[in-house]
Amino acid sequence: MTLLLNIRSHIRIAAKVLPVVGVLLAGMLMKPSATRANAEPEKYLSPIEMALSLDGAKLYVVCEGTNEVRIVDVSSRAVTAQVPVGRQPRGIVLSPDGTRLYVSNSTDDTVSEIDTGRLVVVRTLPTGFEPTGVITNRSGKTLYVANRLSDDISVIDLTSGQEIKRLLAGHGASYFVLSADGKQIYCTHIYPNPGRYRAQPQSEITVIDTARQVVVERKDLHNVAGVFHGAVSADGRLGVVAQLRPKNLIPLAHVEHGWAFGDSLTLFGPDIGGTVQIPLDELDRYYALPWGVAIAPDKSRIFVTAAGADSVTVIDIQRLQKSLRTQHRPFVNDLSASADYVVARIPVGANPRGMVMSTDGKRLYVANRLDDSISVIDAAGSRVTQTIELGGPKTINALRRGERLFYSAGKSFQGQFGCANCHIDATIDGLEWDLEPDGFGKDIVDNRLLEDLAGTEPFKWNGGNPDLPTECGPRTEKFFFRSQSFNPNQLTDLVTFVFSLPYRRNRYRLPNGELTPAQERGKAIFERTNYKDGRTIPQANRCAYSHSGPKYTNRQQFDVGTGKSTDRSPLIDVPQLMNVVDSPPYLHDGSARSLEEIWTVFNPKDTHGVSNDLTKDQLNDLIEYLKTL
Amino acid sequence: MNTKKCIALLAACLIVSWASFAQEIPQFRWENFTTNNGLPDNHVFCVLVDGDRVWAGTENGLGLYEKGSWTTFRPKDGLAHQAVLSLAADERTGDLWIGTMGGLNRLSAGRFDTYTQLNSGLSNDIVYGVGVQGDVLWAATAAGASRLNTRTSQWALFNERNTPMYEIWTYAVSPAEDKVYYAVWGGGVLEYDTQTQRWKDYNDPDGETEMVLMKDQGLIHEITTSVSYVDKILWVATYFGASRYDGRYWHNFLTKDSGLPSNFINQVRAIDGNRAWFSTDKGLAYYDGTNWAVYRPSLDKHQPEMLVRDAEGNITNIPVQTAPAHNYILGVSFQGRDIWVATAEGLSHGIRLNNTEVASGAPSK
Repeated sequence: MTLLLNIRSHIRIAAKVLPVVGVLLAGMLMKPSATRANAEPEKYLSPIEMALSLDGAKLYVVCEGTNEVRIVDVSSRAVTAQVPVGRQPRGIVLSPDGTRLYVSNSTDDTVSEIDTGRLVVVRTLPTGFEPTGVITNRSGKTLYVANRLSDDISVIDLTSGQEIKRLLAGHGASYFVLSADGKQIYCTHIYPNPGRYRAQPQSEITVIDTARQVVVERKDLHNVAGVFHGAVSADGRLGVVAQLRPKNLIPLAHVEHGWAFGDSLTLFGPDIGGTVQIPLDELDRYYALPWGVAIAPDKSRIFVTAAGADSVTVIDIQRLQKSLRTQHRPFVNDLSASADYVVARIPVGANPRGMVMSTDGKRLYVANRLDDSISVIDAAGSRVTQTIELGGPKTINALRRGERLFYSAGKSFQGQFGCANCHIDATIDGLEWDLEPDGFGKDIVDNRLLEDLAGTEPFKWNGGNPDLPTECGPRTEKFFFRSQSFNPNQLTDLVTFVFSLPYRRNRYRLPNGELTPAQERGKAIFERTNYKDGRTIPQANRCAYSHSGPKYTNRQQFDVGTGKSTDRSPLIDVPQLMNVVDSPPYLHDGSARSLEEIWTVFNPKDTHGVSNDLTKDQLNDLIEYLKTL
Repeated sequence: MNTKKCIALLAACLIVSWASFAQEIPQFRWENFTTNNGLPDNHVFCVLVDGDRVWAGTENGLGLYEKGSWTTFRPKDGLAHQAVLSLAADERTGDLWIGTMGGLNRLSAGRFDTYTQLNSGLSNDIVYGVGVQGDVLWAATAAGASRLNTRTSQWALFNERNTPMYEIWTYAVSPAEDKVYYAVWGGGVLEYDTQTQRWKDYNDPDGETEMVLMKDQGLIHEITTSVSYVDKILWVATYFGASRYDGRYWHNFLTKDSGLPSNFINQVRAIDGNRAWFSTDKGLAYYDGTNWAVYRPSLDKHQPEMLVRDAEGNITNIPVQTAPAHNYILGVSFQGRDIWVATAEGLSHGIRLNNTEVASGAPSK
């Protein structure tokens, strides 16, 4: 009873706080620009990835929050220079000769080429949608860029600066590793590949032949969703990628009976044969969101950052190989196994991401994204010896506190997962979840984007949560995390952060914001009020009625015929449509694998908008318009 | 000079003469594949050479011939439908595009991605033809043309509503940098200009289905089955003859005035502006700009046969030991000097003989 009262109390407090936050945010937006510029708070740096100069003296740090690369003198631990780049930089690589840095600008769809001598951007190279990982071939003449939103890899000739081809990647292409001999590049993906509805997720390691510049292999990663950084040993015989194994097919409310996510590695290469997955977690403690990976030059240890657990896991490779030899069947689900090869968990700063190792293997540098710092780890001693402060605001505001909560797994039972497990980099995970404790296979729900959420209430697919404090508070704490509650201040911080997540730049609008002829035709279909034969379409069956307003939702619930017999209710909350193109699968339960299937498969009676009088090209026009929202 | 010496001299002259002629007209030793030696099915709709690999689209699966053995892909492996109608390779990425009776596949390093009329913007699931033009995939379907921009995933459909396509049964596509040509079954040929983004149609000027009243004044017939655009020359196959168009003049080919073994042509594949291969229901034909050759099992006794027709219309029967698997030819693909041939009863590999081999087996005229 006390617990219930606490929850109610929190909801009441949150409900009071939220309008205040909203008013504050609205006030900030409505102020004249000059005033706003003066009042604009100092931005956090959010260091996310790094590269080390060839002599090991300089650390190039990509600062996602301030759109720059900061150069750190390693010996003095001082920031010596800053180079502005494009918006939301995410990836970095140093050319083999050390004269150039390539930095991906994920919002701008470009790569900045930086002259490391003059520390200026000398070229800006166009890429695919949301470039993330970057890598060059051994000669430094070709740049590969992993485009997260267009699911492909740009191959750029660095002599001409021209993109010469686009290779098909998996879903959410993000990170690269170059093989030791330079003959292959391995690409990983933060989302699973599209697959059958309610089947175990599958991801892949995309293998590129650098001589032919083509994809030559796709290593299947079974029951794997998000895959992050990878590394290859200096002898080329051992490859490693960090990954999430979700348990999305059974009710998430069962976290106390087993993990919701398995934090794990896939090993590959001649030492392994095919691929083997191994757990990183322990029986009663999890190390959420394994992100950055490094292998010691002498192949003695593997280091993995746990972005949700603020630590670095250290694996003894000899002991791991012994485990692999003695285990005669897959043991990725046996969390006791990690005790055989995990030799240390090193606490670092908040949300550790990218990691680089000095060429002598003595020091490991870890980018603490939400601390604006770099942890320097003595690799042999498995301890942090220094922390390099990169600058940035000294005070931690509500947004930053909320962001830390969002990315931390600390609130969930045994540290199993945080908000960012399902909302990877504050987006989606491409999965359908069985969230509710109402039986297996009931009330399956798809994951929605969190962009620009203000004004889209209520939340949850049935509209059951009237506001974000309810959505992020009791629901998340009790049903998902099965652990301690956020206190009212924390909940407010978290809600503040979630509401701050912006609308990502839409890639399908023309640069001038106008629509193509096909998109214009689609808009007319979206807004039509009559069938093609002239009859009036009932109001509730018009696209622009339900999907109305600035966020394309009238915030009501309807039975549009897409409910399943396993759903508690056929009433579905009208979802917002901003950047809907970026969040397959579709419908409340993810049963539509593409936008087309919403109408070609799941709308036989015209209950989810009138579509059955459209020709195929008209339906294509409608979809082209939806992609622009 | 005695009689024996005369005969020897005459034979030597003939050998030299044939060897010289044979340099122009290719001669092959044919190796045939059927289900008996690993082909997924004997009904082969299409064939595509991709480096050292050979792909065969059959009525019951996609076959891959690599390092001397066959691998079969069927719907359980990710193929959209077991009947594979068309194939195209993207040489830049190494990906294979596959048109089937149930949708379109992209096969990339072992992964099949499927596009259908239900899950994508593809206009129809029966995909008769596919062609790659840079980052763009063109498909010929039973309900018009579809274009996929692989960089943006945007589809564009072309049909009777936005082109001069009065029939929407598109049967084949041949994209090049400047133009894209479609064979429209019953609707002639459609040309898409990539610069102006405009469509233009070419039709039979006499409009007669059974007669040719206006030869060399336009497309030979409107029931077109294949187009091949090479070196800015368009070749067209129809069920009533073939056409060649250089942008100004048309030239038509019929059995009565060419070496074509039949006017019923399933495919034309050009090598350049002067040379082309014709897949007909009565054998495989080659035209080198002057002479014709036909390769087939003879129509009566089904014995290996090779006929050569010169510019004057003289026909030479070249004795051969092997022939393609069947007379009914559906398509060809080239592997260096060799040729692979899809037939109604198997896949044939034509291993081109060199001059010495040809000379040593020189025929008598």
